[in-house]
Amino acid sequence: MVHESLASGGALPQGGLPKDGLPQDGLPQDGMPPTPILNEPSPILENLQAEPIISFRHVSKIFPGSRKRGEVRALDDVTFDINAGEIFGVIGYSGAGKSTLVRLINGLERPTSGQVIVDGIEVSRLSEGQLRSIRADIGMVFQQFNLLNSRTVAGNVSYPLEVAGKSRVERATRVTELLEYVGIADKAGAYPKQLSGGQRQRVGIARALATSPHILLADEATSALDPETTQDVLRLLKKVNSELGITIVVITHAMSVVRTACDRVAVMENGKVVELGNTYSIFADPHAPMTRKFVGTALQDKPAGDSLARLRNRHPGRLITVTVADGVASSSSSEIFRVLGRHAVDAAVVYGGITEVGDRPYGSLTLELTAPDAADIEAAVAEIAMIAGVEDLGARSSSARVGVRPANNLAHLRVPRGIA
Amino acid sequence: MITARLNTLNSASLYSASLNSASLSNAIDWQRFGPLLWTAAGQTIRMAGIALVVGGFFGLLMGLVLYLTRPGNLLQNRAIFTILNVLINTVRPIPFIIFVVALGPITRLVVGRIIGIEAATFAMSIVAAFASARLVEQNLVTIDPGVVEAARAMGATPWRIVRTVLVPEALAPLILGYTFLAVGVVDMTAIVGMIGAGGLGDLAIVHGYRQFNWAITYVVVAVIIALVQLVQMLGNFLARKALHR
Repeated sequence: MVHESLASGGALPQGGLPKDGLPQDGLPQDGMPPTPILNEPSPILENLQAEPIISFRHVSKIFPGSRKRGEVRALDDVTFDINAGEIFGVIGYSGAGKSTLVRLINGLERPTSGQVIVDGIEVSRLSEGQLRSIRADIGMVFQQFNLLNSRTVAGNVSYPLEVAGKSRVERATRVTELLEYVGIADKAGAYPKQLSGGQRQRVGIARALATSPHILLADEATSALDPETTQDVLRLLKKVNSELGITIVVITHAMSVVRTACDRVAVMENGKVVELGNTYSIFADPHAPMTRKFVGTALQDKPAGDSLARLRNRHPGRLITVTVADGVASSSSSEIFRVLGRHAVDAAVVYGGITEVGDRPYGSLTLELTAPDAADIEAAVAEIAMIAGVEDLGARSSSARVGVRPANNLAHLRVPRGIA
Repeated sequence: MITARLNTLNSASLYSASLNSASLSNAIDWQRFGPLLWTAAGQTIRMAGIALVVGGFFGLLMGLVLYLTRPGNLLQNRAIFTILNVLINTVRPIPFIIFVVALGPITRLVVGRIIGIEAATFAMSIVAAFASARLVEQNLVTIDPGVVEAARAMGATPWRIVRTVLVPEALAPLILGYTFLAVGVVDMTAIVGMIGAGGLGDLAIVHGYRQFNWAITYVVVAVIIALVQLVQMLGNFLARKALHR
């Protein structure tokens, strides 16, 4: 089941448009001929700048089993498009099939069935020799950097240019240019072992950009880096995307990477894409359980388990968690507080977090509501539920506690629970 | 004085005393032995050198083919891999001296005779090739497959990957492996004295050991040790350079 989330504010995901007989969800139905219309994009798509540069059509990949273990279905009937010029994220736990997926794009792996179309060419049908010429147009960055330890930084960046048959002079000029672009010009003569992780990944990115590709594949490019270096590298990738117009496919298991860098994201589970949409709507309105899990780990803005129990212990009043978002599935926090004020309900923020997703605010706040009249609280909660996502956590025990202002009745808090 | 008298009463000690005096009286006649030693050292270096270069080259080839055709690798080919693998495993455990003799007919075909320096060098080259094939393969296996994948992703052909990734990345351990092989080959030269190949080992056995001339034996052994030390030092130096540390 694929959920295609739509954001009201952002550009429409390409898959949401009716296109050449495809159903609304962007997935061709079984038996329907695949539609590699890349050479003649429809004018509607062009206007929206949502021209697919990479298309997966019913792609499955099965790794044959051996005596020790059964066959592995790494990809299971995957169909979606990646648009030219976007940073597209593929998120999933290890074993979800995302690394296999990205290796189909440059032909390092071949699909068992289905088509992979890149820049109008069905790469899944090319021979190894034909693939080699395509690969110069697709840069790749790796989790473990995969630099040649026997070569200097300059030698590593020069490598793809040697493969492309560039002259010594051309290579030298281009290498200097690239090292300056990624900010490690002073390390040209150093060996990879002498560099930090962040510097090595910059070399990896410079190397991937050497042949001026149109597509950059980043396979867990920041997973071996510390949080600060991760942000540096993501900033560099965003710069590459915006300044050079290179389409970037980011494979990751960290939602924070998606939040910082990606325009759209596909969530993968057991070889299937379970949800796909633009980053903001995925965060604001996740449908698939796996997506909710990822969003939850990224924000940690909702109390659960132990933290919820501690919270209840400290705050006897009515607790609600409201989702704060930018007009997608919820309202801004100021509107929520205005409603509470109108109903004369006191609200204390006891938990929560607001963060930025794609330059827009997103998160949730857990509020403790108190009012002299319990009915006011009920009315306020009902009204908020109409404008924002509300999760009602209830009050600690009996309803007697609701409606008591803690400020006026501090003594009340000392009354043992059973008696009150 | 007392010990001396006891010695004369003990036949075993008598033997050892006579042996001592013999070797002392046989103190090396450098006029005669010097040129012999030079010639033998030259023969050893030549035999070992040729066996190392020729055997090492074919070993590198076989090792590369073995690595590349391994299931899951760049040019995977189960048939070639299995045949080569079995062949290497068959040749390597055969005791060297038996192999040299068994190889006789082929040696005669290639070299023209089955004894002498050329025949011995031929046999040594073959053994060195099979030994280094395994050695090369083992060192290539330790290369991070990710680096090979990166080169593939950049559009490099298998042959380019061999030249620019596999060999350079495994260079330091390969140098150390070949150094180990060089020492083994020097050891082989001592054995091929049995088929009249000359060399230092032969000299130590014929002029030293069999004539109870311990002085000559020790001198020759010392030269072999010095040679091995030199080779090892050179190997270590080159490997360190290749590691860029």
